[in-house]
Amino acid sequence: MSHFRLEIRVKPRPGLLDPQGKAIHHALNSLGWDGVADVRVGKAIYIDVAAESQQAALEVADAMCRKLLANPVTEDYEVSGISELEGAGA
Amino acid sequence: MKVAVVTFPGSNCDYDLYKAAQQVGAEPTFIWHRERGLDGYDAVLLPGGFSYGDYLRAGAIARMSPVMEDVIAYATKGGPVLGICNGFQILCEAGLLPGALVRNSGLKFASKDVLLRVERNNTIFTSSYTAGQVLRIPIAHGEGNYEADRETLERIEEGGQVVFRYVDSAGDTTDDANPNGSWHGIAGLVNEGGNVLGMMPHPERAMEDLLGSTDGIGVFTSLIASLSALAS
Repeated sequence: MSHFRLEIRVKPRPGLLDPQGKAIHHALNSLGWDGVADVRVGKAIYIDVAAESQQAALEVADAMCRKLLANPVTEDYEVSGISELEGAGA
Repeated sequence: MKVAVVTFPGSNCDYDLYKAAQQVGAEPTFIWHRERGLDGYDAVLLPGGFSYGDYLRAGAIARMSPVMEDVIAYATKGGPVLGICNGFQILCEAGLLPGALVRNSGLKFASKDVLLRVERNNTIFTSSYTAGQVLRIPIAHGEGNYEADRETLERIEEGGQVVFRYVDSAGDTTDDANPNGSWHGIAGLVNEGGNVLGMMPHPERAMEDLLGSTDGIGVFTSLIASLSALAS
């Protein structure tokens, strides 16, 4: 069994109003960054997990997203990073 | 009439709901989220609050509670389920109601009285009202902005699933009357079977003249009347 660190990104779906992103957008504009076209705020979730292989860890991450970490009505998700943790395995 | 008031860590309207049920002559029982079994209850009520601190998404973690498996089974069999505020969020997360509740469009927590129009009085939750009646009921939420994809919105509108909408004093849906940016001013809706109602406003806080409004009583008298009619 190996140990992996997963980085999962969850973000508001395109077209969905993101009030936080909008507020930050206005703040950036008022600070002088006129070129800002859009801001969306999502979240990153870091999970350390034991799995047989990298592929198995990715499958677990996908299942976690579908079951709990993202709401398919409002959010998209992606596993944006995976690395094997040295020395943590059995 | 036996009603279950399901409580989660962070529920804070559970006693209000308990008292509201008592006020209309029902016999409420608290069910802790780790308990199992809802057989023998005539209705299940999910209270407002901030279960699990609204971590991840409002209602997302409460939805995984052991008791929710029973709530889903109960609702699927046609049992009456009412979710208020956080209870509504949990019902959406559980897939018992379509759509989702996201951050208020103004980003602020909204705590005030709002006006609601009763869209339908032919539900088990609204039979004590008249269709088109305008109610004054408080809201208290940061994530009450009802969102769904276009197809879902069309389906719930065509199916007449919207039960309450935010309106102004003339009874019209306007941007100013909408406290959170909800699509079509949706404040409450039922599932296709009509046995599950979710609503952001708090009828259980509008049960006494002393507290400013008694317009919420109708939700509970409707439910009791419907259950009595079923039982007889």
